[in-house]
Amino acid sequence: MSTTQTTPRTAATIEADPTVPIIRVTRDFTATAAQLFRAHTDPELFARWVGPDGTTTTVDRWDASTGGAWRYVSAHEGMEFAFHGCFHEVRPDRIVQTFTWEGEPDGVALETLTFEDLGDGRTRLRSQSLCDSFEARDAWLRSGMEVGVDHGYAKLDTLLAADGVTEAAAEVGA
Amino acid sequence: MTDPLSQVFAALGDPTRRDLVARLTDGDATVGQLATPYEVSVQAISKHLKVLEQAGLVSRGGQGHRSPVHLEAGVFDLMTKWIERYRQRAEARYQRLDAVLAELAELEDEEAGHRPPHTEETA
Repeated sequence: MSTTQTTPRTAATIEADPTVPIIRVTRDFTATAAQLFRAHTDPELFARWVGPDGTTTTVDRWDASTGGAWRYVSAHEGMEFAFHGCFHEVRPDRIVQTFTWEGEPDGVALETLTFEDLGDGRTRLRSQSLCDSFEARDAWLRSGMEVGVDHGYAKLDTLLAADGVTEAAAEVGA
Repeated sequence: MTDPLSQVFAALGDPTRRDLVARLTDGDATVGQLATPYEVSVQAISKHLKVLEQAGLVSRGGQGHRSPVHLEAGVFDLMTKWIERYRQRAEARYQRLDAVLAELAELEDEEAGHRPPHTEETA
């Protein structure tokens, strides 16, 4: 049932599971599942939106196929954060991959993305990140407090002086 | 686990404790009152309350069964803020993705543009 031409964009919704260290984000897009899939698997397209704003992302390894691997470096105002992982499974409706910030090489999250066709050229993206501990998950969540969406990068100096590097990296990587 | 948010999540991982918290949103209650609807001892409820207290989710006026238990809403605010900031970052990322997808759609139209009949566009 489609009554309006301009469907209002659904803002991202988030859920932090209290029983397992998982973050789930759901967002609807005005695009086909194939287009969303392409934006996630074409390295040039991916580097353009992974962000955050003001970040330059350089992909230096990319094989978006089942069993493949990826690595990219995000640069912002002279600071670099590198991330890598494996593509565990790549299908048109589903991508499963691992995610590691190289500043904390022992940590790894398992990410599952699904693309669900809603009809009318709209697609729902569900993203689930399973972290390897509640601490890691909560550091990820908390990162927004130290380095907010308002680009409070001046705070990075303070963060780096303390043990805030994880939070700063989470801001760039998440 | 020393991380406050981890403690909060761990404390809320238990269904009985979640229920206790939900009931305390109606107002303060004594341990005895809280224990009433459950099939468990007052002591068991006290243990649950201790976990909630350590996570900063509730405070108690004293140790007796008649002392009131109070929900500390501030902890929820903090947790909500963290989660909301994360959500905003995700939303910002997805708005960049919106832009990329819009361009991609144009690009695909152009690629398909050589396909015949009625293409009304005038370049």
